[in-house]
Formats: sequence, structure tokens, C-alpha cells
Amino acid sequence: MNTPDKALKIAVIGSGPSGFYAAEALLRAGLPLQVDMLERLPTPFGLVRSGVAPDHPKLKEVIKVYDRIARSPGFRFLGNVALGRDVTVAELRAHYHAIILACGAQSDRCMGIPGEDLPGSHTATEFVGWFNGHPDYRDHAFDLGREVAVIVGQGNVAADVCRILAKPVDELRTTDISEHALDALAQSRIREIHIIGRRGPAQARFTPRELRELGEIHQCATLADNRDLRLGERCETELNDLQNGNAAKNCALFREFTANQAGNRRRQIRFHFYLSPSEVLGDSRVEGLRVARNRLEGPAFAQVASATGETTTLNCDLLFRSIGYRGVPIPGLPFDDHRGIVPNAVGRVTDGDHTVPGVYVTGWLKRGPSGVIGTNRADSVETVTHVLADLTQADAVEKPGGDALEALFPARGTRNLSYEEWLQIDEAEIERGRPHGKPREKFTRVRDMLALTGHG
Amino acid sequence: MPHIVTDNCRLCRFTDCVEVCPVECFHADEERTYIDPDVCIDCGACIPACPVRAIYDTEDMPEEFVPWIAINAERAATLPVLSARQPALPTAADRQKELGF
Ligand SMILES: Cc1cc2nc3c(=O)[nH]c(=O)nc-3n(C[C@H](O)[C@H](O)[C@H](O)COP(=O)(O)OP(=O)(O)OC[C@H]3O[C@@H](n4cnc5c(N)ncnc54)[C@H](O)[C@@H]3O)c2cc1C
Ligand code: SF4
Ligand code: SF4
Repeated sequence: MNTPDKALKIAVIGSGPSGFYAAEALLRAGLPLQVDMLERLPTPFGLVRSGVAPDHPKLKEVIKVYDRIARSPGFRFLGNVALGRDVTVAELRAHYHAIILACGAQSDRCMGIPGEDLPGSHTATEFVGWFNGHPDYRDHAFDLGREVAVIVGQGNVAADVCRILAKPVDELRTTDISEHALDALAQSRIREIHIIGRRGPAQARFTPRELRELGEIHQCATLADNRDLRLGERCETELNDLQNGNAAKNCALFREFTANQAGNRRRQIRFHFYLSPSEVLGDSRVEGLRVARNRLEGPAFAQVASATGETTTLNCDLLFRSIGYRGVPIPGLPFDDHRGIVPNAVGRVTDGDHTVPGVYVTGWLKRGPSGVIGTNRADSVETVTHVLADLTQADAVEKPGGDALEALFPARGTRNLSYEEWLQIDEAEIERGRPHGKPREKFTRVRDMLALTGHG
Repeated sequence: MPHIVTDNCRLCRFTDCVEVCPVECFHADEERTYIDPDVCIDCGACIPACPVRAIYDTEDMPEEFVPWIAINAERAATLPVLSARQPALPTAADRQKELGF
């Protein structure tokens, strides 16, 4: 098994955290193997590039780790190659010993209520992708010319959306936020941002660090209603649990917010609890959100929102929903439509009660959109353990691997980018940002990236 | 300001923390782990991973742990990186019980 073409050839689909940690675990296994990473965009790093907020630059240092992995022997990057668009699952199985899907959760959950698609109603993904320069969302437009925005959902993504809307634009100028977004935010007339959650303050999904940051925005009042913080016994039980430290800290922060006054600050953020949206109101655009009031029912740690029958209306001009993400089905593979993931047992893709040989999954597409960047590392270690266990048991037939796969591309008009070509884009982006004091100015159109690397 | 490992991490080395760290900034001796403050990116992944809640965000921790900031920095600088999860120490389960987790 020592000559390179006898090596185990593994395709990792997706270059976000889970893809890179899968590659890392494979390359550390001490076996002769080749890892080819396919990415539908010309640029790597998934949501670290296009999700993590521009004003959180420290988190993006994780890219240094991915860069190190990408430069290891036995690793090849095939950028601008999408599974389902440029290659099929069947082709990958013919070329590789194993496929690891690390495609993330690329679409949003719907609220499933009337009016959800009115102009002015958006998903968090669209907004985040837009300000982070993701090519898919480059041409989206957000009307920031009116005063009131509502965000549905109380997790960290909702907090990111809120912070970008609430922060003075000057504090974003030296981040890697995309220029088109900066221009639009500079004109923003948003004054009020309402963040609504289905359950109570003890169940909000923010991490305290993100929540605290919302309370520290310059010229912005962060408000909550005292009545919402009178917690029942079951919520107190939840807060007293040692393993539930985030909830206790969040509630302490919400309590601080109840003492705040709007005063004459430029903007305000207001938290609302126990509300479920029931209808987006408006004729030709969003004018309001009808919400139903909930109470909590069920035992501690499993309390669910149950409608009281009371409804109210929040007037608003702009609506974002951030209530969860779903994976996108991959042609030729099973999909769990309810959970929005590829069904699997510890990373082995399953179809009913049998496993699909040679196909694995990791990251958000495996477990759903939970956890932080690092959670994907443990997750990918788990998946790769099973990949290696299966492969070392199987008789190793030779597989043609990436050279043969690349040979298919020209006839299809697929222009794949290498990691070196990504580094050219990287360098050009840093260069473009420099005059503006930004760490980089991203390219937001695939054709510009291709032109830069001589594929135009 | 980074994250730090504190007193609760002793005679455990479950090292669940190590496996979720995206940047490999945990270092260890025979007794416990330490976070390299120059490498930690403050992602917070290790806090919920630790079964005895030994890890704190230095921006949000009880006053009593302040000395641990220096201890983490000093020890991490001299000890080897742990890049994968280790078998827990034999004392781990007892220790967890003792701490009430
Ligand atoms: C808005 C937002 C902000 C976040 N902020 C933080 C934060 O501050 N801190 C933190 O720790 N975590 C944060 N997270 C969570 C973190 O980003 C995720 O845990 C992590 O990115 C999931 O990794 P993944 O590899 O599974 O998916 P992704 O990062 O989504 O990577 C999937 C990759 O697969 C590619 N792909 C998809 N389909 C195909 C296909 N058919 N063919 C080829 N390639 C494909 C995509 O283009 C993408 O590059 C945030 C998430 C979001 C949405
Ligand atoms: S998991 Fe907690 S107790 Fe165990 S080694 Fe890590 S920090 Fe220490
Ligand atoms: S906060 Fe994140 S980067 Fe820092 S030690 Fe914990 S897991 Fe590692």
C-alpha cells in the first residue's frame, strides 16, 4: 500500500470547519492517503468566511489552522466544483474509496405563516451572506430606509444580525464587511430592533458573550420587560442546573436590560419573549407582524411554548427570520426532510436500516445546525474514525482519484481552482482592503475571482 | 482576553475540551490542562465540553480565578500541545462526583 496510486483516496465535499477537521483527522491517521476537498465556491472556509460576523475577527484566525491543513502533503483543493452541479455522487464513488459530505446547512427554516414572502421579509442567511460578501447573496437588497426591524429567533445568528444593524457604521469600517453592505448600512435609518423568542429568557439560545455584546453597543439602548423576567419554578430549576450556566448568565443580563431606559440614544434593541409569529402583515410589503402569546408547558428542560389564545401586532418595516437552518438534499442520496440533515449513524450515511457504503457525513449536515466552530472538530473526528475503520477492513481496490476526476472537468465547462489559486485571490483581497484600513475587501462575484486567476 | 482552565480541572484529564478546540491551544501536564492565551480565539467551544466546568471566559468569571490567567499563560508556554483527546485519568470519575457534577 505504499505507492501513491495505491493510496486510499477520499473526497471531502465542502470546505467549512467540518470539512477541514475531517481532512485533518484523515491526514493524521498515519496511512497512505490522499484527501481531495471539493468546494462549490472558488473560496474555501465555509461559514468562517461567509457566516462569522465581520466584527469578530479573532474567530477568523481559525483560518490559519485550515491553511496549515490545506498545505499538508496529500491534500488537494478543488474549488468551484459543486457536488450535484459539476460531479455526481456516482462519479465520486467511482473515483474515491470514500466520500465525506461536509456541505453544512445551506438553507433556512421557514416560519410557515402567511405573508412570509412579502418584500421586506428576509432570512438571516440572506442578510449575513450579503454583508459577508457571499456571491449567492451579492445582489440582494435590504430596505434600511425605514425605522423598525424585527428579528425572529434568539440564537447567536440573530444576535449577529442585530449587532450589524445596531452598531454605528463607523465601527464596521475597518472590518472585512463587504463594501456594498457598508454603503447601505451607512444610509440606514433603522432605530428600533425587536428580537422575539417563542419561549422565555431562560430558554434563549444566545451565548452570554454574544448577548453581553448587544448590551455594549455605542449609542444603543438594550431593553427588556420586567414582567418577562418573573420566572416560574421550572425555569428556576433550569437556571440552577450547573450544566446550564449559559441560561443563568443570560437571565442576569436580561435583568440588567430591564433597568435600562431608551433615553435619547440613536437606536434601541428590545427583547420580547413568549411570542410566536402567526402572520406577516402588509399589502405590497412588510408592515407588521402578528404574534401569538405563549405560556410554557411541560417539565423543566423540556418546556414547550403553548398558545394562550392572545394575539398582538408589532409594527415593522423589515423582518428577518433566524429560526434554524436546513441542509440541502444531495441528488442520489437519502435525506431526512424533517431534520434537514443527511440521515446517518455516527457519520455513516444510512438509508432506512442499512448503511450506504462508502458515504459519510459530518458537521451541520450530519447533526443539524448546532454548536460552534470547534464542535465540528469532535464531530469530524467521530466520522473519520468510522471511515478509517471501514476502509482498513475492506479490500483495497485501486481508485483513479482526483487526477482522473479533474480530467472530466474541461468538457463540462467546470473551471476548478487550486489552493494556490485561492491564495492569489486571498492576496488580492488583502491588497484591495489595505487602502481602506480593512483586513480585506472580498471579491463577491465568481466571475471576478475566475478572471483574477486567469480562468476568465 | 482569552479563556482559561481553573482549579476544577485536576486529576481528571477527560480532555473533552481538547477535542473541540478549533485551534489546538490546550497544553497539559500530569494534572491538568492549560490554555495558550496567544492562540485561543475565544470561541467558547470548550466551556460546555468540560464535564466539571473548569473553563472560564476571562471576561466573565469570578474574581477568585484571576491568578489562573497567569498560570495558564506560563504553563502553556512550557508544556506540549495536546491535539487529541486522551484517556481520562483513573481518578476522573471520582473527581467529577466530588465536585458534584
Ligand atoms: C451567521 C452565522 C454566524 C456564526 N458565527 C459563529 C461564531 O461566531 N462562532 C462560532 O464558533 N460559530 C459560528 N457559527 C457556526 C459555525 O459557522 C458552524 O458551526 C460551522 O461553520 C459548520 O461547519 P460546516 O463545515 O458543517 O458547514 P459550513 O461552514 O457551512 O461549510 C459547508 C461548505 O460546503 C460547501 N458546499 C455546500 N454544498 C456543496 C456542494 N454541493 N458541493 C461542494 N461544496 C458544497 C459550502 O459552500 C461551504 O463552504 C455561525 C454560523 C452562522 C450561520
Ligand atoms: S475537560 Fe475540563 S476537567 Fe477535563 S481536562 Fe479539559 S478542562 Fe480539565
Ligand atoms: S475558547 Fe475556543 S479557542 Fe479558546 S481554548 Fe476554548 S475551544 Fe480553544
